[in-house]
Amino acid sequence: MIAEPEQHSYDVLVIGAGGAGLRAAIAARDAGATVGLVCKSLLGKAHTVMAEGGVAAALAHVAEEDSWQIHFRDTMVGGKLLNNPRMAQLHAMEAPDRVRELEYWGAVFDRTRDGRILQRPFGGHTHPRLAHVGDRTGLEMIRTLQDRAVGSGMDVFMECTISHLITGRGRVTGAVGYWRTSGAPIVFPAKAVVLATGGIGRAYEVTSNSWEYSGDGHALAYEAGAELIDMEFVQFHPTGMVWPPGVRGLLVTEAVRGEGGILRNKDAERFMWKYLPEDRRAEYAADDAEARRWVESASQGRTTDARRPPELSTRDNVSRAIYTEVREGRGSPHGGVFLDISYLPTDHIRRKLPSMYDQFKELADVDITKGPMEVGPTTHYVMGGVRVDAETGATTVPGLYAAGEVSGGMHGANRLGGNSLSDLLVFGARTGEGAAATAAAQPGATYVDPVQVQAAIRELQAPLDRTGGEDPYAIHRDLQSMMQRLVGIFRVESDLDEALGVLADLRVRWQGIAVSGGRAFNPGWNLVFELRNMLTVSEAITRSARQRTESRGAHSRLDYPETDDAKWGGRNSVVRQAANQGMEIRTSALPKLPGELQSLLGAAH
Amino acid sequence: MASAHLKVFRGGPDEPSRFEDFDVPIEDGMVVLDALHWIQGNAAPDLAVRWNCKAAKCGSCGAEVDGHPRLTCKTRLSDFDLDQPITVEPMRAFPLIRDLVTDVSWNYAVNKTIEPFKPPEDVPQEQWRWQQEDIERVQEFRKCIECFLCQDVCHVLRNHETKSPFMGPRYLVRAAGLELHPIDQADRRLYLKDAGGIGYCNITKCCTEVCPEHIKITDNAIIPLKERVADEYYDPLQWAWRKLRGGDERTGAGTELPVLPGRPAAGGEAATLGPGVAAESTPQPDEQSTA
Repeated sequence: MIAEPEQHSYDVLVIGAGGAGLRAAIAARDAGATVGLVCKSLLGKAHTVMAEGGVAAALAHVAEEDSWQIHFRDTMVGGKLLNNPRMAQLHAMEAPDRVRELEYWGAVFDRTRDGRILQRPFGGHTHPRLAHVGDRTGLEMIRTLQDRAVGSGMDVFMECTISHLITGRGRVTGAVGYWRTSGAPIVFPAKAVVLATGGIGRAYEVTSNSWEYSGDGHALAYEAGAELIDMEFVQFHPTGMVWPPGVRGLLVTEAVRGEGGILRNKDAERFMWKYLPEDRRAEYAADDAEARRWVESASQGRTTDARRPPELSTRDNVSRAIYTEVREGRGSPHGGVFLDISYLPTDHIRRKLPSMYDQFKELADVDITKGPMEVGPTTHYVMGGVRVDAETGATTVPGLYAAGEVSGGMHGANRLGGNSLSDLLVFGARTGEGAAATAAAQPGATYVDPVQVQAAIRELQAPLDRTGGEDPYAIHRDLQSMMQRLVGIFRVESDLDEALGVLADLRVRWQGIAVSGGRAFNPGWNLVFELRNMLTVSEAITRSARQRTESRGAHSRLDYPETDDAKWGGRNSVVRQAANQGMEIRTSALPKLPGELQSLLGAAH
Repeated sequence: MASAHLKVFRGGPDEPSRFEDFDVPIEDGMVVLDALHWIQGNAAPDLAVRWNCKAAKCGSCGAEVDGHPRLTCKTRLSDFDLDQPITVEPMRAFPLIRDLVTDVSWNYAVNKTIEPFKPPEDVPQEQWRWQQEDIERVQEFRKCIECFLCQDVCHVLRNHETKSPFMGPRYLVRAAGLELHPIDQADRRLYLKDAGGIGYCNITKCCTEVCPEHIKITDNAIIPLKERVADEYYDPLQWAWRKLRGGDERTGAGTELPVLPGRPAAGGEAATLGPGVAAESTPQPDEQSTA
């Protein structure tokens, strides 16, 4: 018999304290719910802090002609029309209010000449649209939300990991986890649970993501019976650092290109001219001179009739271009390409890109005001995630909600830069309200099934009791190198079949994991359960990638290089746990676009 | 292959304090955090290290490297003489949890006592306008990544040498970011003077020196706040006016800061020391640093 664990009951339990989790917690609290907020790290350290370039919202401060309709169209076009159209619509309509709300709570954005929130250009956005603070927008957002959340009255459980969801009578009724600091188990009965756990990047070797991004929410939802959609769509950000080795994958913000950064190969060729998709060619500058005129206007916050530079193509396209240049032997010395902003005035670079300046100066001995950076693609974001209702963030399991990167549908096959910070605000708020409403409709006290709780606690203890088993770090390294090699930017059926075989082997090895040390702040032990989640999401990515026999957005198949609208247009991949515990994969049709939204897209073509 | 020799502090509630030695193979551009990760993956899988972004943006991985408070993710091994061992210890101002991880929750408790941003009630947000020049100072303060290295190095906090609590440089920076916001309406001067203990800072600028975000903490945040407090409370005319006006109802009256606990002896219970009690329980590693 295990001693009775620490227990805390709430109307709404929010798992994850990045932007989505904080915004959901604030909304649930404002709606009158009691709220518990759990995060794996210290408050304010979540991955949102690394978002650099800005938050996309059609405020129309720089380009008066911008509107939610154009933002909607850009988002759908960027997502290769696989986005949930209602989510894309709500997102575009509500993002401006959510950004203004941050300012009202104390966020200090960069300003236009007439003293309003400044907006910068980004890939795939027709107009300058990203509200920003230099290149540390995420930090500004998380600090603002953190102070607001704490001030609105809620319990925050820092350095606490949720490892299991508890279900009963067809709904989620709570969660079990442990304090990272002491290792002691902790139980949260709750009337509604919000997943806001972010992404999955740690399943890959080269990633811009921190250790926290182990797909916890994806896997918890899957285990609870929820559906995951579009998991094959993993965004490889075009510009990560490639050198030195210790920082390989570290993000180089798209704002470098938004401010005028030029990509060149080792022959000094501006190669992006070659890779612009023919059907969108007219949106880009005709030549270097026009691109230069655009940069000069953008750097002064002015509009111009010049069209944008080719570097501001969508991320999927730029990543493939860089990958191809390197593969064909035109890469830089450390296996990337060159990104150059040094032709702009030093003062301007240091003011608009201060953390990039520091990052390269301090970690790579490169002065970006004097010479080019070396960059290459890095695993950055998963478009796929838990299937949610656009209005409320409800998943397919009652009592379970999801918002932010862990949810799927908003971004379709490829996310535009700046749209994740707005996503987490818009749907964080909606999901917090949705969860509070469902909690209010649940009469009586919270209840968690003690049998499930005890089983979870035993599972947590098991790897500490085993001796002479598998090393979690070794399994993690093997998983990362396999996913990088077989399920990366370009995919082919034989690789994906091999990947499924490796995943099955890794799953067997995982079951024999043994860790040394105790429970208090033991990263080896903590990795065990994150690894379990990474194995689940890796399988979901691989099976979804294998099923989709076409190339679309971030999913590129060497054996099916064309986009196949007849077969795959408007079809989402769906993953769910089968009755026999195996992974079931199928597709479902996107909801049909209402006429008025269809006409907005029509104007795009 | 070349290697670096690290002496890493280990210890926690159930184990003795000690330094452990590791030879870590090095590669180009490697930072101290890379070396700690190598140790975790190859030699000591349960080594407790707090980190997140590995890009100096989250402020999680602060430690004392050869006695200097640093972010381990931007402290490059090539900056050291690799013939000598590199000592890595936890931040000493805070209670130890395990190995390189300390309990920094006191900082979050202090933060809660600061009155948040208060916009004007009579100016609708649509009319808010301010110039970039008006907010550059506030934006400097808001660059803070809360690594708490400034709190760690501040002798007032580190030595637990005051009778009443001191909020520390990090929260003076936060307060300055609010006080200097172009339209903030709150007045935090009484709070800064009484609860915050701003007078304890004797501007030795140690905090500015360790700030990885290069915020000029002392010159740009603390000194202007001290001047504001002095103008209000130590100017005889203001004093007389306040007497005439009667009472002081501004924010901060009656607020009390939590007490920063001293570091518990490793292997023992967490001791909460009262104000003015010196932290005598600083761990004495069995093997002293040679660096």
